[in-house]
Amino acid sequence: MSVAAPPRTTTLLHRLRGHQGRNLWFALFVTPFVVGLAMFVYIPIAWSAYLSFFEARNTVHPTKFVGFENYTYLLGDKLFRQSLLTFIAFAAFIVPLTYVCSLGLALLLHGLKGGQAFFRSVFFLPTAVSYVIAAMIWRLAFFSGTRFGFANSLLRQFGGDNVNWLGGTNYWYWLVIVSLRLWLQVGFYMILLIAGLNRIPTDTYEAAAIDGASGWRLLRHITLPQLRTSTVAVLMLLLIGAFQAFDEFWNTLGSMTGGYPPYARPPLVHLYLISIGGSQQDLGVGGAGTMIITALIVFFGLLQNWLAGWSERKERGR
Amino acid sequence: MSVRSRSSRAWTWARYAVLSVLALFFLLPFYVVVRNAFSTTKWITAARWNWLPNQFDLTNLRELFGRENVAMARAMGNSAVMSIGQTVLTVVIALMAGYALARFSNRASRLLLGLTLFTLMVPAAVTFIPTFVMTAQLGWIDSFRGLIIPGVFSAFATYLFRQSFVGFPVELEEAALIDGANPWTTFWRIVVPNSLGIIGAVGTITFIGSWNAFLWPLLIGREQTRTVQVTLSQFMTSQGVNYPQLFAGALVAIVPVLLVFLFLQRYLVQGVESSGID
Repeated sequence: MSVAAPPRTTTLLHRLRGHQGRNLWFALFVTPFVVGLAMFVYIPIAWSAYLSFFEARNTVHPTKFVGFENYTYLLGDKLFRQSLLTFIAFAAFIVPLTYVCSLGLALLLHGLKGGQAFFRSVFFLPTAVSYVIAAMIWRLAFFSGTRFGFANSLLRQFGGDNVNWLGGTNYWYWLVIVSLRLWLQVGFYMILLIAGLNRIPTDTYEAAAIDGASGWRLLRHITLPQLRTSTVAVLMLLLIGAFQAFDEFWNTLGSMTGGYPPYARPPLVHLYLISIGGSQQDLGVGGAGTMIITALIVFFGLLQNWLAGWSERKERGR
Repeated sequence: MSVRSRSSRAWTWARYAVLSVLALFFLLPFYVVVRNAFSTTKWITAARWNWLPNQFDLTNLRELFGRENVAMARAMGNSAVMSIGQTVLTVVIALMAGYALARFSNRASRLLLGLTLFTLMVPAAVTFIPTFVMTAQLGWIDSFRGLIIPGVFSAFATYLFRQSFVGFPVELEEAALIDGANPWTTFWRIVVPNSLGIIGAVGTITFIGSWNAFLWPLLIGREQTRTVQVTLSQFMTSQGVNYPQLFAGALVAIVPVLLVFLFLQRYLVQGVESSGID
């Protein structure tokens, strides 16, 4: 028995090291990434999950266990529920609109003989601009509620009155927020969709053209089905992007004192205000909010995976 | 035949017309920044919209950089340190991990790939409170460490590299391994120099994202470490904001990303294209 022990430890060691130490090399390559992910993503999320069951105001070492109180508080909070509605409304505008517009641009550019590179660059250029600067232009130059705002001076020229675009007495702020994000993002998705269009084999079109298909029917029966993979990717990226909305809301609607109006609060802005940006840091409620939002986004992610798999199965079944 | 070609020519012209009008719309915001940066406050706030600027000199820029309550020069420096640091670290870390995920097929590798894909679903912005708590515990508020390090472990970049390396010809590496090189030197001497395209793609996307980042620098940055986006945001909402100086600041803040865009657009396009393929 004492003879059998040593070879066993060497085999374990061997197995850990792998053939020619391959596992050690693997560890060398991935350690920075794995340690970083653990340290700045997974341990913090676990910590926040823990904090979400405690009263944790201005501390990360709470003592008072409160069970699901933070969750019930948050779900009972009218402003939090409104922030989820704001996200839904925002996503309902921005996701289909950005998809249709970027597809429109991609189709307009696709197969263009001259000037394609130029127009592509022009539509792609806003991607380089930050939301802060875009918000500055939209808030202070285009949709300023004052008489010198571009939109208002146009309105007056056509006999209209000044509109207080961002004041919250009407719903015009949606136009401001949505058009801003559209301008900034549409080029990015246009590039994705152009790449998708370029992957469609030309003989598919030629075959359809011989059959006499053109225009709308070509789009409906050839282009869109062939673009399915790109479409699913774009829609998912757009949805995740809408979840993350913070910068443009904060910078178009935030006030001078670091305050934020009670309307048009997306979830991240609300979480920021209650957990970090407000007068006190309530990390218990902030943790609970993070858990709810993360669960929602994971749900949507899994739903997308399922839908993609479903459409693929359907495709194969045909 | 002639009817058809005439109608297709008309269609081409209509296409160009629509594209040109749209292009003007897309460029208008850039033009407004330039107009405001080279105008006086009175000119900008006039009741009649002025299309042209009225002050063709560097007054606004000089006054902006002379302001004491807006540390514009330092903000530009801070943003440069943050985005260059983040770009370099993100690329190196993700490059190594992505290579390992593509080349090693042990159980740990499959597990890590699954974890990477899962992380891809939950963007960093959504979990900003947990990451902030951790960074604060480390005492990294108001430091470049705090600005840079929590954001450099990118599942997105790792996944892009992994996808690219899966298609990399193994024969090149095997030749080096037979010559006695170990996986580490093979990686840096053979694989990396032959992957400059995807490195450029991930690098440009990371740089632009980092330069334009707002939420994280807002949480971490203080007096010494405020980035240009946070500085402009605070200047924008401050009492009695000076429009020409503010837009001069926007102009200055756009320049670095615009340079990257103009000179590295090829890589940027490649990066965007690969981000949609799964």
